[in-house]
Amino acid sequence: MTQKRDAAIVGIHEYPSRDVEGQVSALQIKAESAARALDDAGLSWSDVDALYDAGEGGGLGGLNMAEYFGLKPNVIDTTNVGGSSYEYHAAHAKRDITAGKARVALLTYGSTAHSRVQAIGVGGGGFGGAHPADNMDVFAGATLVANYAMVAQRHMHQFGTTSEQLAEISVATRCHAMRNPEAVQAMHDLEFLDIRETTVADVAGSRMIADPLHLLECCMISDGGGAVVIAAPEVARDCTKIPVWLLGTGEATAYPENGRDITVSAAAQSAPGAFDEAGVSPDEMDIAMIYDSFSITVLTILEDLGFCAKGEGGSWVEGGRLRFDRPDAGPALNTDGGGLSSNHPGMRGIFLLIEAARQLRGESCSQVADAKLAVAHGNGGMLGSRHCAGTIVMGRD
Amino acid sequence: MADRPLPKTNEADTRAFWEATRDSRLTYQKCSDCGTVVFYPRRHCTGCLGRNLVWEESAGCGSVYTYSVVRQSYHPFFRDKVPYAVAWIDLDEGPRLLSNVVGVDDPVSDIRIGMRVAVTWEEHDDLCIPLFEPDED
Repeated sequence: MTQKRDAAIVGIHEYPSRDVEGQVSALQIKAESAARALDDAGLSWSDVDALYDAGEGGGLGGLNMAEYFGLKPNVIDTTNVGGSSYEYHAAHAKRDITAGKARVALLTYGSTAHSRVQAIGVGGGGFGGAHPADNMDVFAGATLVANYAMVAQRHMHQFGTTSEQLAEISVATRCHAMRNPEAVQAMHDLEFLDIRETTVADVAGSRMIADPLHLLECCMISDGGGAVVIAAPEVARDCTKIPVWLLGTGEATAYPENGRDITVSAAAQSAPGAFDEAGVSPDEMDIAMIYDSFSITVLTILEDLGFCAKGEGGSWVEGGRLRFDRPDAGPALNTDGGGLSSNHPGMRGIFLLIEAARQLRGESCSQVADAKLAVAHGNGGMLGSRHCAGTIVMGRD
Repeated sequence: MADRPLPKTNEADTRAFWEATRDSRLTYQKCSDCGTVVFYPRRHCTGCLGRNLVWEESAGCGSVYTYSVVRQSYHPFFRDKVPYAVAWIDLDEGPRLLSNVVGVDDPVSDIRIGMRVAVTWEEHDDLCIPLFEPDED
């Protein structure tokens, strides 16, 4: 199969602060990140003709954002599928650019979840609201952590997965975080205790939040944001940095169904098409940027992406396989420090694209030598109930 | 003391389900055209294009598909209830619903996947809440 090069990431920016102390708004984070990402690409506001926005800035989503930025785009896409929104946006930007509807696409994210003391993980049940699905669940007090924990509990039951195996995810991610000055600063600003590399025993011995998930298996709640600029090949050729090509994309949805196997996520549906389109296989990936809301999210998705068979993820991740300095063992996982130890303002998907692009440019703090291929996989909503999956396979020339 | 968060009794799709709970009836829908069990409740069949859903009553027995014990919650009601168990319950008739497993001494050690459970009702003004307790010999 011929690998197509129809659209590329040409500009990236991750907002450096995880605690803005209420002094900067989500909109301001989005605008500053957009300007820095365009500058990174060697482009300017006037080059942008397509806008992708999850609506977290409020108002009428894309309409209000276009005005705020001072843009008059030909394409507006306001897909909001939680934390996977940015993988959907990247997929849609590639689609729109390939169709000739756009040349330069702008994706932005901003959140002040930490400053607003938003208790995302342990606040209560579900996302509230008047949707009939929520109206059936609201009484049970299932925190977001518990929703994911029920996947872990079932995974352990069906496959014998252990807390020590799940802890490998957190250990590898923290190892990478300690090499990233912004992640270390984030952990200080968010008042993490005892900031250092962790061991499996540290993670499995930390306080239980919702059985079987421990504190160090749960992501942080930070402020933050970022931006990604995606461009057509003729634009990408003249940009400042090397193009990071979007080679294949996939999207899928899963939700509670009578008799459904909760250990299989929507990634099992989104991944095959993405790898097929890219003409590559999971075992060729140098980098795996996987939404680490919790340890179990990564373990489940590693299996569903096809790195190993369903149920074998526990033994597969053992022995530090996911560290950046073991490139022959498997892909390096979340080399920025992930949501567990670097940046999770609520919808982390954009950072998966950003760090994958850094790796393929050779700019990561935990750089994998000669990294050529990466997969970014976003999970939005809740893994244990309704969620969306977005898979993006990326590569460089 | 905060109250348990309760469902809205006027939500269009789930109103009839919650109305039945007043009489301690646990109900679900089945399509009379194609036989699909629909849960959570809706007005349309998700299996065929019809709308001929009929309400069936569950005997209230099932098993724990999976569960978690919540150790930390900031919710004004639930923060005083920790540790408590949330679970996906597979009813024998097919529906899978989210609820709490109650009536155990220690939720951390006394609940297991596959455990048989039966519904027990918590009464409120306009509805009853279906909770589950162990139902094993």
